[in-house]
Order: sequence, then C-alpha cells, then structure tokens
Amino acid sequence: MKAGVIVFPGSNCDHDAWYAVNENLHGRAEFIWHDSPKLGDVDAVILPGGFSYGDYLRCGAIARFSPVMQAVKKFAADGGLVLGICNGFQILVEAGLLPGALLRNQELKFICREVKLRTETTASPFTSKLTKSQILRIPIAHGEGQYFADERTLDQLEADDRVAFRYLENPNGSARDIAGILNEGRNVLGMMPHPERACDPLMGSTDGLGIFESILNAVPALAK
Amino acid sequence: MTITPELIEQHQLTTAEYEKIVSLLGREPSYTELGIFSVMWSEHCSYKSSRIHLKKLPTKGKYVVQGPGENAGIIGIGGGWVVAFKIESHNHPSYIEPFQGAATGVGGILRDIFTMGARPIAVMDSLRFGPLAGVPEAEHNRRIVSGVVSGIAHYGNCFGVPTVGGETIFEDCYSANPLVNVFALGVCKENEVFYAKASGVGNPVIYVGAKTGRDGIHGASMASAEFTEESKQKRPNVQVGDPFLEKLLLEACIEAMKTGAIVAIQDMGAAGLTSSSCEMGSRGGVGIDIDLDKVPQRETGMTAYEMLLSESQERMLIVAEKGREEEVFRVFRKWGLDAVTIGVVTPDGKLRVRHHGQVMAEIPNPALADEAPKYDRPHNTKPHRRAPLDPPAALPTSSDYAADLLKLVGSADLCSKRWIWEQYDYMVRTNTVVGPGSDAAVVRLKETDQSIAMSLDGNGRYCYLDPREGAKLAVAECCRNLATAGAVPVAATNNLNFGNPERPEIMAQLVEAIEGIAEACEFFEAPITGGNVSLYNETLGEGIYPTPVLGIIGLMKTAQPTPIHFSSDGAPLLLLGGFGECDAQRFGATQYAKVIQGQLWGLPPRLDMKAEKRVHDAIRAMLDAGIVESAHDLSDGGLAVTLSECCTPELGAKVILPEGANPLFTLFGEAPSRILLTVNDAAKAAQIAAKFGVDCPAIGAIMKERLQVGTDRQMLIDFSTSGLEQAFETALPRLLQAQHD
Repeated sequence: MKAGVIVFPGSNCDHDAWYAVNENLHGRAEFIWHDSPKLGDVDAVILPGGFSYGDYLRCGAIARFSPVMQAVKKFAADGGLVLGICNGFQILVEAGLLPGALLRNQELKFICREVKLRTETTASPFTSKLTKSQILRIPIAHGEGQYFADERTLDQLEADDRVAFRYLENPNGSARDIAGILNEGRNVLGMMPHPERACDPLMGSTDGLGIFESILNAVPALAK
Repeated sequence: MTITPELIEQHQLTTAEYEKIVSLLGREPSYTELGIFSVMWSEHCSYKSSRIHLKKLPTKGKYVVQGPGENAGIIGIGGGWVVAFKIESHNHPSYIEPFQGAATGVGGILRDIFTMGARPIAVMDSLRFGPLAGVPEAEHNRRIVSGVVSGIAHYGNCFGVPTVGGETIFEDCYSANPLVNVFALGVCKENEVFYAKASGVGNPVIYVGAKTGRDGIHGASMASAEFTEESKQKRPNVQVGDPFLEKLLLEACIEAMKTGAIVAIQDMGAAGLTSSSCEMGSRGGVGIDIDLDKVPQRETGMTAYEMLLSESQERMLIVAEKGREEEVFRVFRKWGLDAVTIGVVTPDGKLRVRHHGQVMAEIPNPALADEAPKYDRPHNTKPHRRAPLDPPAALPTSSDYAADLLKLVGSADLCSKRWIWEQYDYMVRTNTVVGPGSDAAVVRLKETDQSIAMSLDGNGRYCYLDPREGAKLAVAECCRNLATAGAVPVAATNNLNFGNPERPEIMAQLVEAIEGIAEACEFFEAPITGGNVSLYNETLGEGIYPTPVLGIIGLMKTAQPTPIHFSSDGAPLLLLGGFGECDAQRFGATQYAKVIQGQLWGLPPRLDMKAEKRVHDAIRAMLDAGIVESAHDLSDGGLAVTLSECCTPELGAKVILPEGANPLFTLFGEAPSRILLTVNDAAKAAQIAAKFGVDCPAIGAIMKERLQVGTDRQMLIDFSTSGLEQAFETALPRLLQAQHD
C-alpha cells in the first residue's frame, strides 16, 4: 500500500515529492511511468511539478492525453486521493478533474519565492491536520500559475468551501487570491505552491508537512 | 571545390595554419575538411593563444579525481561520491540573440556535466552587461538583460536544475560584449563516472538525442572573432535550445549508463559532430568512421560540411560495446529519443566521414585535437589600461555620507538582484540550503552528510587596474565566501574573458591574470580542474575589462546555514579582519569611485593572502564553535554597504568607527579579508580571533529599525532600515523599467 508519484517526460519535482513522502514523512511512495495504463495498488496519487511534455502547446495540455491519466481519472472517480502540485495542478485542470484554468503570471515572468498561504478549509483529506486560517510558508515556482475561472465557478467554489488555500499576498494575479482548490468530491486537490519543498528544516520551512500528514491520516495504509 | 586564399580567410585560418594543414594531411584539404579544421583550430576549441599559459595553473590536489582535459573536472568528496563541475561562456551568442544565446549556454554546460555520468544539481551564472541608464545603449542593454535572464530561466527551470546563485555587474565596456558565464555542478558515484575516451576497435558509434539541423554552423568560429558591424547578421549562427529534450536526454543517458553497455560518451557542443568524434578518438588513440547518411536530420539536402559543423543542441555521441547496442536503443526508445548507429571505432586513428558513399573527410584525429596551433603571442608589454595611476588632484571628500550610501545600495552593481533570481527556480530538487542573495550558495547531497558550497566571483575593475592582483582578489573573495558559509575550498574552475589576444597589451592582461590565479589557487589549495577561455570580446577595436571569473567549490558538513542578516537585537557586532587599509590610490577601484564620482583610477585593494587565510580559518572556527548568529563578508562597497546588506526591515545596527581615519575610506574602502558578524559570545569570538592572529574589533551592536554609523563625536549615517531595504530592493526593477533615455 503506497502513494504513486506519476512521472511524465519532463516532470522534475517527482523526486522531491517522493523524498518528502518517503524520507521526511516516513511514508511510502513509488514512481509510476506515464505510459502505464494502470496505477497498481496505490492509495493516493501525486502529480508532481515540472514541465510535462515540455509544456508545449499549453501547460498540462499534452499530459492529459497520456495513458496514465485515464487511470488517474478512474482512480479519482472512485474516490481515490489525488494531489496535483504546480504542473500537476495544471494537468488536473486540463484533464477536467478541477475547474478553471492556469494562465501566465500577471507580470509574465516565472516567479520562485516563498509565499504565505492561508488555510481556507480543513474539511478535506488534504487539510484535516491543519487548522482553519492557519498560515503556511510554502514556496511557489511557476510561470503560469494565475488561477482563472468565470465568476459563477468562483462563487460555486466558495459556496462549496472548495478553496483550499489563498495567497496572503497574491504573487501572480490569481482570481480571488486562490492558490489551491478541491473538486466536488473533495478527494482531488490542485495547488500551485510546492508543499514538498517545505518538509525539511534545512529548506527553511516545514509548513508543507501538514498537508502530507493529512493525507497519511486519511489513508493510514500509506504510513510505513 | 578549389581552396582559394579567400576561402581560407573566410574560415579564419592564417596562411601558416593552412600550410600546416597541408603538411599534416600530405595534400590539399577538401572543402569539408577545411571546415573541420577551421572549427577545431578556432580559438574557442583549440585554446591556441592561451594553452601555453594555462599550463601554469595548479591542477592537482588531494580531492582531484579528474583535472582539465575532460568535459568537466571531478573531485572526490568521500563516501564513494564525486562532484563534476565546470564553467563555460556563451558571450558572443548572448549578444546576438540574448534569449537563445543564454539558454543554450546553460544547455551546453549541463551536457558537459551529465556526459560524465553526473546528475546536475546546481547552476550559477556570472553575468556582465552594459549600463541600464545614462548611455545611448541603455535601452538595448536592458533588452539584453531581460533576454539573457529569461533564457537562463527558460532552460534551467524546465530542465529541473536549481540556479542557486551568481553575480551581475554593469560596466560600459560590456555594452557591446555582454558576458554570460554559466557554472554547473553535478554529482554521482565515483565508480559511475564516464569518460569521453573511445576504445574497442569494431565498437559501434551511436548518435543520440535531437536531430541535426543547420543551426549554429560555425558558432565556434564566431566566438573566436571580434564583433563588427556585420556581426548582427550572424543570428543564424546562434543555436536554438530545447530544455525539455535535454531533460529527456539526461534521464536517458543516465539510465543507459547503468546498462554497462556504454564505453565512452561525449556531448556535441561547439563544432558538434566533428569535435565529439575526433576528441573521443584522439583521447583513446583510435579512429572513428562515420556515415552521415545515417545521422538523424531535421532538414533535407544538408551537405557533409553542414552536418559536421552544425551545432544543433541536445545531442550526444556514444561508443557502445559491440553486440549490446539494443540495450542502449531500448532506453532511448523509452524516452522517445533517436538513437542510431552512425559509425564504428577503427584502429587507424583517423576521423573518416562518408556521405552518399563518398569519403568526404579523412583526417588523423591527433591532427585536429592535439596538433592544433599553439601560439606564444607577444605580451612583453604593460597590460592595457587607460585609467590614471594617481588619484584626482582633489582628494575625494563627501558632504553627505548617508546620501552616498543610499545611492550605492541602489546602484546597479550593489542593489538586490532579486528581480533576476526570482525568475530562476532555485529550489527544485530540494537541496538548496543557501540560495541566491548570500555569500556562497550551499547545496546538500541527500545521499551523504556533506554539502557543497560554491561561489562565483570576478572583478573587471580590479583586473583592469592590475590583472594579476585583481585575479588574486577574485580567488580570495570566492574562498572568503566559502569560509563565511563554513566550507573549506577544495577545487576551482575559471572562465577567462578577455579581448583580442593578438594585441600584446591584451595578451599581457591574460598572462598576468592567469599567473595571478595560479598563485592564489595554489595558496588557497583550490586547484583548477577545468574551465573556459573566451577571447576576442571586442567590438570595433574596443575591448572589455579583463574579466577572469572564478568558480570555487568547498565542502562542509550539512547543517543549518548561518544567515547573512542580523538576527537578534542587542547582539554584539564584530568586524573580523579589522578596518583594513585604504588610501587615496586604492580608493580609485571602489564602487564609491565608480558610482559617486564616476571615475576609475589607481590600484585595486591590497591583498595579503596569508592574512586572508587566517581570517578564513578564524571564521570557520567560530562557526564550528556555534557562536556565530550572522556572517557576511565585505566586498564591493565596503563596510557601509555590507552593513546595509545585513540589515532587515526590523533590525539595524549602531556602529562606532575609530576617530582619526578618513571616514570615506573606513566606510567605503574595499580592503579584502574581512567579515562582518554577530555572535552570541563575544569573549569566545575574541579568543578565537586572537588564536589565529586576526584583528576582530567590536564595532557596535544590533538595534531595532535603524542603521546608525558614526564616530564618538559625529553621526555620519542614520537611516531607517526599511528605507534602506526599499532602496536596495526597488533599484533593479526601476532601472529595467526606465523609460527611453
């Protein structure tokens, strides 16, 4: 029983997610290659950051066609936990598992910096170990992280308590400061910030641990 | 095609060089062969002007596993692990096409690292541009900055290597000759290092990676000539990079290396297919036969000449064990990359190239790689400098130290480079213990308890005034940066950026600088394991400042880093190394002279290497003792600028300077061998400093929200720290967004 980290050609935060789960969290994670039509016996799926398929065309636009994504969709539909980080969030949006779109940052530049997030809901398997309004210091590193959705969708997300995190200081022009959202079933989370980069005291913040601990809590089988 | 004198000149070969080709071949070369010789014997590939002097550099040391001559230098770090690292320039292409020029500069050095089997884990960049304001070229310079920075970001971020530090300097002399020097470092097990040495007659030669196109033809030759009015038309000579493909190539190469079927591997960088095959053959004392019909091509109708000289990116050449090709192919298929056998290792030591069944070139490998011309260019003259040796008649004085400091922290060289480094992913791979904006970058190795500290430094102004002393100062500064992080220097790489070596006064700069580096690297026990020479950085006869850039790496136990910023109110502030010496002549090299007075004169700061080393030993001992709360070395801008860099919006300092000295020299003099620190145990610090024979005056204490500097009698500077922070942080974006001027 374990977490599966999907590896697309061009994924480059796959090892970081793997390391966070295995070494910082003492959980279990393994890699799943993008052309695998099956996920195997995993209890949670992580779509890592990077530039899947070079992010040609549009970020995540090609990745959604990869064989493994059919399996991820089915896994999510069956209630499995799926965490998309950065490029993983972009893929989830392209694949229709989450609403909206991620546009180029307002200032049209890549931004790498630690930002402050406010935890907007604890009613999800990804945030249950956090406290409501808890401030997390977690890095972002993206060129296309401006969350966009039409007003109705944004209203709906808020009405459903599906905004998981908001930026305290909006770095990229995201609508309503949104940094991460849940799907209707609350078992799929997409977020632009990188919690796997904030799991080790040497990296300057361990505020990402709470998100992974929530997942481990939701799926006890993940713990070693 | 008949070889005419015009054709020879077009290929930037001299008559004497051409005659040497004829004698080596025993006949006239073909057109294709002429092209091959022209790139392999270009300054860029052959180091013909610098080779005899590069021999003076120390290359051996207890950590060195592989010195110069391979794709990258390698040092052992214990526990069976090694680090591969090197610096490369992409100066000329970055002027012609900043985005792609810089991007492919990153791509090229990354391949140099992973062709040795090492996974790249850090990149740093040393960048030099023309001024962003106040000169006619300012707008163009701003475009070059934006292009270069986004090119580096584009390539490094997508590839997935953190860009963890570097330096960015602005001077008039770089307006038409910007410098883009990229340093990369990778890691692997000692028994998994691969070399570019072909062997095994009958073994297949396999081409992997991107297809060959017409891009970059004669790039190496372009990088070996001065710029003229026509240079901008050389845009087609700049290659186009695809970082996604490079990422796949990295993963595929590392996976293929694990099969055990690979004998040798080399990337196709400058002079592409030609240099990779003849260098691999030459190193192994074997020949290589290549059939160009089998080379994957992305354009039709390419000639042998074009294919051989193409510098299309993201390609590698592999020699595999005969009979095990399929193991290699399988890996590359998995990653969706071309892998094709295009040739074979032969016993005759020749590079033989066939196209459409015809032999287009047949050259003994050593003729290309080892018999390249080697020049002892005249240099028995004083190094070129126009700056006066004596200070201006009226000694510099200041009416408002505070205003001067504010101008300095907001000046292009000294201001925060956040606008640049926030565009780089400096954290990917979760190893970055200390990222950009510090003295040295520190990257941990998860597999061991070791971290690698690294520092890039050069100072064109110092070197222009005195190339030898300037080069030594750059070495000292790098080592001081490493020491301030707690690391011991172990090895170095260098990038020598100079003008036209055919001018004796420029050649004299190069020779002086190399000898200075040699002396300092020997002294600080940081042997040179490789590097790059970039000459002809001149436009219409006007050269750059002599700019040797040093990249030095150090080892340390992985630990929580000591910040450069002040961290606790009331903590005693110490100046390890003391106030240093400065006089009117040495003041001419400072940032104060540049920014406030707009002048350059005199000599660089005086360096006493023994004293410098004692300072390094003392700071490391203090860090080991656990008494240091913050530490930042003094460099450009002197004490006053260093003090402001250590302030946070919440914490400043109250500093008392000694009476009697010229405050200008005390505040802004740039004497080396000094570190500003706060400690939690001043007595212990004094004891350690005394043990190493280093001055360590207490100069004040940390206070809330203000930086106050003065003597007992007079307040010289009194600022709110938030005001300083604002000047420091907003300067670069403001300069880059400036209106047309």
